[in-house]
Amino acid sequence: MTGNSVSKINGKGVYVAGNDIDTDRIIPARFLKCVTFDELGPALFYDVRFDAKGQSLNHPLDAAEHAGAEILISDANFGCGSSREHAPQAIQKFGLKAIIADSFAEIFHGNCTTLGIPCVVMATQERRKLAELIAADPDAELIIDIEALQVICANNIFTITMKTSAREALLSANYDPLDTLMRTLDKVDQTAQRLGYA
Amino acid sequence: MGKNLYQKVWNDHVVGQLDSGQYQLFIALHLIHEVTSPQAFGMLKDKGLSVRYPSRTFATVDHIIPTDNQSRPLQDDMAEKMIQVLSDATKEAGIEFFPPQSGNQGIVHVVGPELGLTQPGMTICCGDSHTSTHGAFGCIALGIGTSQVRDVLASQTLAMDPLKVRRIRVEGKLGVGVTAKDVTLHIIRTLGVNGGVGYAYEYAGSAIAAMSMEERMTVCNMSIEGGARCGYINPDATTFEFLRGKERVPVGAEFDKSVAKWQSYASDDDATFDDEIVLNAADIEPTVTWGITPGQAISINESTPDPDQVEGLEKNLVNDALEYMQLQANKPIKGTHIDVAFIGSCTNGRLSDFQAVANLIAGHQVAAGVKAIAVPGSEKVDKAARELGLDKIFEAAGFEWRLPGCSMCLAMNPDKLVGDEVCASSSNRNFIGRQGSSTGRTILMSPMMVAAAAIKGHVADAREVFGLVPAVAS
Repeated sequence: MTGNSVSKINGKGVYVAGNDIDTDRIIPARFLKCVTFDELGPALFYDVRFDAKGQSLNHPLDAAEHAGAEILISDANFGCGSSREHAPQAIQKFGLKAIIADSFAEIFHGNCTTLGIPCVVMATQERRKLAELIAADPDAELIIDIEALQVICANNIFTITMKTSAREALLSANYDPLDTLMRTLDKVDQTAQRLGYA
Repeated sequence: MGKNLYQKVWNDHVVGQLDSGQYQLFIALHLIHEVTSPQAFGMLKDKGLSVRYPSRTFATVDHIIPTDNQSRPLQDDMAEKMIQVLSDATKEAGIEFFPPQSGNQGIVHVVGPELGLTQPGMTICCGDSHTSTHGAFGCIALGIGTSQVRDVLASQTLAMDPLKVRRIRVEGKLGVGVTAKDVTLHIIRTLGVNGGVGYAYEYAGSAIAAMSMEERMTVCNMSIEGGARCGYINPDATTFEFLRGKERVPVGAEFDKSVAKWQSYASDDDATFDDEIVLNAADIEPTVTWGITPGQAISINESTPDPDQVEGLEKNLVNDALEYMQLQANKPIKGTHIDVAFIGSCTNGRLSDFQAVANLIAGHQVAAGVKAIAVPGSEKVDKAARELGLDKIFEAAGFEWRLPGCSMCLAMNPDKLVGDEVCASSSNRNFIGRQGSSTGRTILMSPMMVAAAAIKGHVADAREVFGLVPAVAS
């Protein structure tokens, strides 16, 4: 056990539109100047939320109707680019608990899973419909059911898919693999010997 | 049935299967730097853990290091602190650290190969997506997050899902003035920025086989820009000759033994692949980006796309990218004004990159109003370049010759664009704000093309500027 089982997530959604949203956009590089992740929440999407003078650009994350949203929705190839874990750390520290998108970049997906943030894949047409439902009623509650592989919103049921190993790790509370990896150190040492790395 | 390199290296390094279905993979070489790794040492401390195999991890500083003045303490307090934290943590753990002025400092993906730490058949990881660079030697080389850096420090292993393998064969001979950078931009343009999701890319074919190791590193470096988790090239005589005599490579009979082992990792003739595509080297032209992803690329003689010719969602992407770049639709990219020229990065900051440019720019001058900087990828590259007098050639042409680091590739140090400046850049990403200004604009291209743009003051065809081929009317 590395935490609590992540099987159901309820909350309001917020839609951030765009394909290929990269981790530089999620957290600009200048905010990587830090030796802990603790202060990253306010820096999430900073350069598309604020202009050079710090004035709000009315990004969806700052819209009054989306205040308190806990589920981020976006388009295809979300999280591409840099491997910086600062990106999912900023998402989590901002208060977002899950991401729904058409597809995810892989390093980002892995980083999210390790932090217990489910990366939920929804077919483009369905995901668009979900975004429309949220636009029509920002207070609508979403329920992500990882066990049943579905999202429920305003009496609509959307089918989702997840990487099998990620789903299994979240459900079994083993999404942070460190404890598991540490259980087999004898085998690790044998592997190192066999490969001549010891 | 034969196996491909990915399968062989994977099978060799698997420790066992985990309950989640993932595999525990032994990591042969772990590289760390000051931005994504110091936090991992804190995480270890919190858990009361120590570094399991300190001799298999190597550290350097590259991302935040200034390129004008590296004397300590650095002017930027937080940058100084990050280097100090890494320095202290590696010292405590017994990890070898290559600080500035050690002679071995540089961009982590330049340093590993030039010391010979990177060797065929290894699993390699680093908290940096461009770790894929090391695949050029026939390695599974993975960019990872900080929690995974922690996992490797603590256990020397990662939890991983196996990948599918797509072989990309580039067959034929590249044209004059067409470089490895153009090959990689062409591949990404063809397969898309998410075309590689779920895959390792094996680069093969006669055009790849003809490349030097430094060119191969440029190709593998940008695998991640194509969405692939990693990319590799089978080790061959070029690989072994590059490694011969490198500081951390065995010598004499041990070297011959190593070569036999390295050779055994190459994909078998009857290896199978989950997918294969073949590209014709002759179709590849000097390629530049016009938009805000590396896949938004065109050859130098093409025009920006016309949103009216694009369907559905793609139309929005094209419109958004053109608007951000302040470019008009359906106009030649050639002639686009630039303000800054940057040659460097883990993609194109090796000795051969500077040699290729130096051979062309002698006698030319950077255009008035263009700020041009050349940033060697490591202290070794810098030293070798100076010994050849390349720094003087660059300076005579109007470039600033800087100290080694990542520099303007991601602008975590003082090298940044200002406002909406346009940069002709030999780096790997043209994302919004990537080069340090939230409105800054990046046009990716080969070092030779950056030099041509610097001299002309606008995007130009290096083949014409340097008289490699007769001019084409545009």
